[in-house]
Amino acid sequence: MTSRQEFFAGVRAELPLQVGVVPFGFIYGALAVQLGVPASLAQAMSSVIFGGSSQFIAAPLLVAQTPALILILTVFVVNLRHALYSASLAPYLEELSAWWKILLAYLLTDEAYAVAIAHFHQKGDAQHRHWFLFGAGLTLWSFWQASTAIGIFVGAQVPPEWSLDFALPLTFLAIVIPMLRNRAYGICAIVAGIGGVLAFGLPYKLGYIVAAMVAIALGFVLETRWKQR
Amino acid sequence: MEATLNLWLAILACGIVTFLIRLSFIAIHGRVTMPLWFTRALTFVPVAVLSAITLPEILIQNDALNFSLLNPRLLAGIVAVLVAWRTKNILATIAVGMLILLTLQFVMR
Repeated sequence: MTSRQEFFAGVRAELPLQVGVVPFGFIYGALAVQLGVPASLAQAMSSVIFGGSSQFIAAPLLVAQTPALILILTVFVVNLRHALYSASLAPYLEELSAWWKILLAYLLTDEAYAVAIAHFHQKGDAQHRHWFLFGAGLTLWSFWQASTAIGIFVGAQVPPEWSLDFALPLTFLAIVIPMLRNRAYGICAIVAGIGGVLAFGLPYKLGYIVAAMVAIALGFVLETRWKQR
Repeated sequence: MEATLNLWLAILACGIVTFLIRLSFIAIHGRVTMPLWFTRALTFVPVAVLSAITLPEILIQNDALNFSLLNPRLLAGIVAVLVAWRTKNILATIAVGMLILLTLQFVMR
């Protein structure tokens, strides 16, 4: 594919996920303003941090005048999973210039990663593949900026009975289920989910990281063992 | 004025930290060689991380575990899993899940 075809393939792959992203951004914007975060600051977080879950956690901490060091540490822990995405994509991006790497790293999120890694795993012409990630990342970026802005301005008027926040777990479900290609991945998902529930009380969302690490190790060991038989 | 400036600086620092996490392995790749087991283990990462975020979102409400079959989010979540499994379609999964949740919430009110 040409760079242009790759770019638009990335845009098209990313578009369906916006059904989950838009309510998420909208709710973030509404929540931040309701908490008392200045509108300009709430919007700046969307472009400077550009990480939904971490923005959700950071907003109440900001208003509570949490020491900057604790705030930064919290965001670090919540976004640590992106290091694993970075490692996973690195082999596909090794030939690129430094500027490309910086741009794609900035745009690397759960949703962009999900569609990009599925695309990269397919065999075929790989020359312009980074344009796919750029298209997906830029699409998500644009929708995220717009939806948080709308949330900031009109979010307070949406009734909570609409349960817009449920769109987020539904998006993640839709991403995860097709990835369960054998029993090892299925067990990994179940263990991670249960672990996430059990460790929910841990501070600063550390529970997610712990549960995920245990599940990754277990899935890896099980797959290795079952392959040998 | 100074308080506002500090907030902006804190946000900037959070942004830099997040960016450096995302850049980390992309930047060092090639200079540091990754062992094969490491790359294989990585394929489990998205499954594990996203599952660990998703299940608490479905089961925990107001800081309490709600495992009852009367939890509309649990029922909608189960149907969404089936839809995702059968169709592999993100849009269909979200649409069916939201529709079931809103219907159940309306009926159970």
